Amino acid sequence: MTCAEVVRVVGALAEARPLPGAALYELVRVGERGLLGEVVRVTGDVATIQVYEDTTGLRLGEPVEATGRPLMIELGPGLLGAVIDGVGRPLASIAGAMGDFIAPGARAPTLDPSRRWSFEPHLAVGARVAAGDVLGVVQETPGVAHHVLVPPGCAGVLAEVRAGALTVAEPCALLEDGTALRLAHAWPVRTPRPSARRIPPGRPFVTGQRVLDLLFPVAEGGSVAVPGGFGTGKTIVEQSLAKYADADVVVYIGCGERGNEMAEVLAEFPRLVDPRTGRSIMERTVLVVNTSNMPVAAREASLYVGVTIAEFYRDMGYRVALMADSTSRWAEALREVGSRLQEMPGEEGYPTYLGNRLGKLFERAGRVEALGAPRRTGALTIVSAISPPGGDLSEPVTQAALRVAGALWALDPALAHQRHFPAIDWETSYSLYDEATAPWFAAEVAADWAEVRRELMTLLQQERELREIASLVGPDALQDRERLLLECARALRELVLAQSAFDPNDASSSPAKTYRLARLGRDMYREGAEALRRGVPYERLELGAARRALAAARDAADPGTGAVAATVAGAGAAPAAVGASAGGNGARAAERPTGKGVPHAGA
Amino acid sequence: MRALERTYHGAPAAAGPLLFLKGTRRAALGEWVVIRTPGEPDRRGQVIDVGEAATVVQVLEETIGLAPRRADVTLTGEVAQVVVGRDLLGRALNGMGQPIDGLPPPFGEALRPIVGAPMNPVRRIPPSDFIETGISAIDGMNTLVRGQKLPVFSGPGLPGLELAGRIVEGARAPRGEPFAVIFVGLGITAREAHAFLDRFEKSGAIERSVLYLNETRDPAIERLLAPRIALAQAEFLAFEAGIHVLVVIADIAHYCEALREIANAREEIPGRRGYPGYMYTDLASIYERAGILEGRAGSVTQIPILTMPDDDITHPVPDLTGYITEGQIVLSRELHRRGVFPPVDVLPSLSRLMNAGIGEGRTFAEHREWANQLYASYTQGRDARLMAAIVGEAGLQPADRRALAFAQRFEDEFVNQGAERRTLEATAAIGWALLDALPREDLVRITEATWLRREAARARPVDPAAPAAPVAVPAPAGG
Ligand SMILES: Nc1ncnc2c1ncn2[C@@H]1O[C@H](COP(=O)(O)OP(=O)(O)O)[C@@H](O)[C@H]1O
Ligand SMILES: [Mg+2]
Repeated sequence: MTCAEVVRVVGALAEARPLPGAALYELVRVGERGLLGEVVRVTGDVATIQVYEDTTGLRLGEPVEATGRPLMIELGPGLLGAVIDGVGRPLASIAGAMGDFIAPGARAPTLDPSRRWSFEPHLAVGARVAAGDVLGVVQETPGVAHHVLVPPGCAGVLAEVRAGALTVAEPCALLEDGTALRLAHAWPVRTPRPSARRIPPGRPFVTGQRVLDLLFPVAEGGSVAVPGGFGTGKTIVEQSLAKYADADVVVYIGCGERGNEMAEVLAEFPRLVDPRTGRSIMERTVLVVNTSNMPVAAREASLYVGVTIAEFYRDMGYRVALMADSTSRWAEALREVGSRLQEMPGEEGYPTYLGNRLGKLFERAGRVEALGAPRRTGALTIVSAISPPGGDLSEPVTQAALRVAGALWALDPALAHQRHFPAIDWETSYSLYDEATAPWFAAEVAADWAEVRRELMTLLQQERELREIASLVGPDALQDRERLLLECARALRELVLAQSAFDPNDASSSPAKTYRLARLGRDMYREGAEALRRGVPYERLELGAARRALAAARDAADPGTGAVAATVAGAGAAPAAVGASAGGNGARAAERPTGKGVPHAGA
Repeated sequence: MRALERTYHGAPAAAGPLLFLKGTRRAALGEWVVIRTPGEPDRRGQVIDVGEAATVVQVLEETIGLAPRRADVTLTGEVAQVVVGRDLLGRALNGMGQPIDGLPPPFGEALRPIVGAPMNPVRRIPPSDFIETGISAIDGMNTLVRGQKLPVFSGPGLPGLELAGRIVEGARAPRGEPFAVIFVGLGITAREAHAFLDRFEKSGAIERSVLYLNETRDPAIERLLAPRIALAQAEFLAFEAGIHVLVVIADIAHYCEALREIANAREEIPGRRGYPGYMYTDLASIYERAGILEGRAGSVTQIPILTMPDDDITHPVPDLTGYITEGQIVLSRELHRRGVFPPVDVLPSLSRLMNAGIGEGRTFAEHREWANQLYASYTQGRDARLMAAIVGEAGLQPADRRALAFAQRFEDEFVNQGAERRTLEATAAIGWALLDALPREDLVRITEATWLRREAARARPVDPAAPAAPVAVPAPAGG
């Protein structure tokens, strides 16, 4: 321990001296309350520290203690269902220690040290193990089996294996050299977890949102930027995906956003059932929460904490989705600290390394073959909301994200004002995964999926051109064929692309339902055009009936896949209809078939 | 904590609102400071940067005439605190919490730090209790709930403050529970301050209100403290005295200007339009002090008012606000010109918590589809209006012509309500009446079931029990 002390405090930054041996990104405890901080600059014997907690009241001369290690997160059973702050402390523990309002200095382990888990070893004494090998299993939640992995950088021959009830801190196995292996291990959050190799994307990350799955599909292991001005629907997209997307594990990061939104998630998620497991979706979810009024520096850390947890479940062979709402707040935290450090600012005051850092973060998405045996494929998909000032997508954070993201789901304020939700702008949005995912849709949903998709895209494009003309010459001057096109495009927008998050029956749409609606919309136009060709006058077309059929198909029960969550009356109640086998298994999860026809458990 | 008090005779430097000290052993960030100079009233300040080389104090009063060499600077050893209590109700105070109503300073029930700690999100209860404001464009289309922060985006000369006044007078708590109003005037003119005070006194609202008035002529820096002082009082009333508190803050644009002014004085790197890069975080530390806590009876609801410079919604003040608050009520110059009051443009307006606050047992069963339909028809009508401006009304399709007529009536009859206070029932009835003028095929958002129910009710217009006349249904057991 060093006897350093605080020599300066301004905002979220503190300086301490003497800390000549401090390393960059070393974790330090600042002041009598032991506030958590990270060294961000070393000049001579002065270390500059970004403090993750409120610095109000911090005095000159208070002690500073270096820990000799970087910021780490404890990885092990008990993360699922947890709600932690930006540096990994459970918010419930902080409330237990500090009450309803957050005060700095709480010390709370991420994983409950007293909880016992039933460990079932898969390997026996004498087995040679290496990094990433599955030592055994703990049933973390009824839906998710937690694979206890040999931590990266660790190898040897098992000298002892312990089965049965263990805490995360107790050894579950010993290597011959005496190294103890435990149910949990710590990992530095800024270092990506290693994997055996990356695999090209193929299977889509099925979101349950028609406009996304149909027009802008993202592959599992891909990354998406979701920029949009305030009120355009970023959070609802993130939340809808967290609820309904086809993923084994969801990590949701509320970074610099609203407290009430997190309260809503906490109230709602436990009541939603994942039909694949029959259990509350909270049991597959980890929440990392650092709201806009919580300390700024921890916003910066929260994304790394979240992505590390997500990688950890990826390494078990799970298909993991990371929801980051919003990455702009992370970037702003970088900017705030950078400007206090008097760094040379780049565009809009952001540090010049913004693009580099953001790129590294997005690159942690991917589909990989995990380290170790047995062979496992895992995927980490990143969906990142971005909050551009004034809704202007030319700003640095959006642009930096677009350089690395594989898809753009741009949200349009005009659509949002019209209450067309999800307000995905089909003109500017794109996905680079459309070709890679097309074979899956063709095989699993419908052979002509890509064709229907293409026709609808064309329809939307033609509509835009026609509307421009119509606004000049008046709709009455249009040809019948053009009026038909406008009417069909309108039906497509209002009944297929729009999807209300508040409609229990339509909040999520299975690929089968999405296809059915898309196909109906396409046929409405095709058949109408055919009738016109046969000489039927426009006025005699049964467009009203076609529209009603489309609405009825939308409101009918979803033919379904396993990706739909359904509301049940009370928390923890058994679901009315469950299709998938309970108890996810990593290895199985990697090749689990979809399209299992799970009916909707009524809202 | 008097033991921690230290006094320094003479400060080496001062600049703008800042005072610089040297050799302040154990100075704390945020520490409260008292500055005494002979022959001048005491000044207060706050430590914003502590260092061995220099400690910086932000002075909270006018610094004209402050001679640093002659100043006695006392570090109090405490963070800024303020008197809070139920006895503040009925009082008018300045931005620092001192009486301006000629009465002695309030005794209070407790001292609270001005800078509130963040509520732990796991202790929050998601807001869902409907507040009837009496304004159709809000109650019907952008419903306000307890614990929400819902700003009014006004423009220069638009009646944002007037609307806030109407909400304060008209707001009804759902079950007649204890209810209080805190009004924070920031940089408002003496005329506005008087108008508000007057209004509060005439309506009797003053009895259950606390007014914090920082006028244009008061120091800008007080504007940074006033909302925090007021929110400390609001949190006390809500979470310790069990009262539902509505906090109105006007004008946030003046707050942000003060923030910019002080950031510039501190020679910080300016962000967009000169506002500091941390303005989002700073505003969040105000706006996020709204909410409901588990196991505590009261609530804090906020209605901040802000003037959009140049009516520009992308200006940093409305932009950053909209990113933090749970929606916004946007006023329209065009509606105002046409004499519509309140001139609310419902399309860019939004209440993010509306969905949790409406429906059966809260407002009325068909509220969602009713509002969706009003939005859809109005959107179509506004589009048609644009098109008609070019091709003429005669060039429109019949459905667009109907929507155009609807949009006009919607603005004149639904949004426009003049001085009237409308119950939710009245709001719902006006909405239905407008929709009744449209044929079934135009009502794509109205479900078949609702349509049939209304048809049946129209056939028996005298039956008061018909479900067609939407009534606020009492909350179901456990709901
Ligand atoms: N899919 C949707 N269905 C219905 N309403 C939606 C949907 N998406 C967004 N909204 C509406 O838009 C509002 C703002 O959405 P939100 O996701 O909070 O925006 P952002 O995060 O971009 O500020 C929501 O409160 C809701 O009223
Ligand atoms: Mg959001």
